Amino acid sequence: MIVLSAKDLAVGYEGKAVLQNISFEVKAGDYFCIVGENGSGKTTLLRTIVGLIPPISGELKYGDGFTKTAVGYLPQQSDVQRDFPASVFEIVLSGCQNGLNHKFFYSKSQKEMALKNIERMGIVHLARRCYRELSGGQQQRVLLARALCATKQVLILDEPVAGLDPEATEEMYRMIKQLNDEELTIIMISHDIANVKKYANTIFDVNQIPETISVEGGVSTC
Amino acid sequence: MLEMLFMYLQYPFVRYAIIVGVLIALCSSLLGVTLVLKRYSYIGDGLSHVAFGAMSIAAVLNFTNKMIIVLPFTVLAAILLLKNGNNTKVKGDAAIAMISVGALAFGYMLMNVFPVSSNISGDVCSTLFGSTSILTLTKEEVWISGIMSVIVVGIFILFYNRIFAVTFDENFAIAVGTNVKAYNFLVATIIAVIIVLAMNLVGSLLISALVIFPALSAMSVLKSFRAVIVFSAISSVVCALFGIIISILAGTPVGSTIVAADVVLFLACYLLGKVRG
Repeated sequence: MIVLSAKDLAVGYEGKAVLQNISFEVKAGDYFCIVGENGSGKTTLLRTIVGLIPPISGELKYGDGFTKTAVGYLPQQSDVQRDFPASVFEIVLSGCQNGLNHKFFYSKSQKEMALKNIERMGIVHLARRCYRELSGGQQQRVLLARALCATKQVLILDEPVAGLDPEATEEMYRMIKQLNDEELTIIMISHDIANVKKYANTIFDVNQIPETISVEGGVSTC
Repeated sequence: MLEMLFMYLQYPFVRYAIIVGVLIALCSSLLGVTLVLKRYSYIGDGLSHVAFGAMSIAAVLNFTNKMIIVLPFTVLAAILLLKNGNNTKVKGDAAIAMISVGALAFGYMLMNVFPVSSNISGDVCSTLFGSTSILTLTKEEVWISGIMSVIVVGIFILFYNRIFAVTFDENFAIAVGTNVKAYNFLVATIIAVIIVLAMNLVGSLLISALVIFPALSAMSVLKSFRAVIVFSAISSVVCALFGIIISILAGTPVGSTIVAADVVLFLACYLLGKVRG
């Protein structure tokens, strides 16, 4: 079963392509990793996949289980979030926003789902703590728990280990692998090729696309 | 002291001032947290200057109900300013500075070229600092402020979860299909409404203080979003009440007394936050 496929896709901003001739397929249960150097356009590709920017040309087809409202996304952290006064539970619960539909408040089962995912990430002891007081690794787990609330099948991760120390990095990879073993499809970007090779079953290197024109300075990964 | 206060409370205009003041303080504090966290603090300031410009147009055109002109202008400016955030050609901060000083200059010029009363500087001063307008509210204005406040608080409570989601992480919200544009639009509109309402209370130059200080006080001591919202609402109401009463008893200007109370509370909270680490 194909979850996501790209054919001759070009991505970029304001009509200017950063990456072209992208073709790949992601199957259900895959651990699909997009690699490339900083500034190679992999973040732009990921932003296109999750629908933050429209594709410039070509085809990007979503398959079963990958509708707009059923994707778990772990973006890179922004400055706004680092000093955000919110408890871990509040943040994880906000992952259920795609299940609100036309209701205003979260249901009891959604709150239970948030708690379950907090347990799943091993951060029950942090549930009442303030997000800004946590370490980088703990914050990533909170955001991962939030992503899990939003999805049943596909998890999209944007440099999940950026800024983490080696121990937290190892822990994060182990956790993602475990989620993959639990039947979640993983789509991840990373520039940490050594580690990615250990875990991913498909690697897509944006620097090795035939006839790629990379626009220098046109993209940033932060 | 208390006797004097009760004596003043017998006057309807004093009661109106207190009711409206408290309602405005409540509304302005709710969205302050979102504005501060999204790094939009300055937008409140810019919008209040736009409201000043619109107010002078309304004054020159001799409108009895100035809100008919001021509200649409301010809402439009809010939507334009919040629309693209950082993606516009003119960067956000420059756009705000441009619009706000432009509106200020234009408004002052209009008031001078087409004077509606002999005391222009008095008019300008009360529009900027709200010195007397809170005490000259009519019953209709109290009703309008009351209804608007109920609508603002109601919308905020109903959309609380989505406002939180969009404030915390816009990209995540877009990725999971939340209509972020619509909520930014909603926030912009509410802010504009609040600013127009608050002009009566503190005048257009001091509005941002009403929006920002309660949020900053709450954020320096509290650790969950809900607690921050609740505390900033309560502290804003208390400061407004305190400020109005002091200004009545001591004869100080209403707007600046309220803001002074907000500043003192912020300093106290900030120190408390530092002490607790």
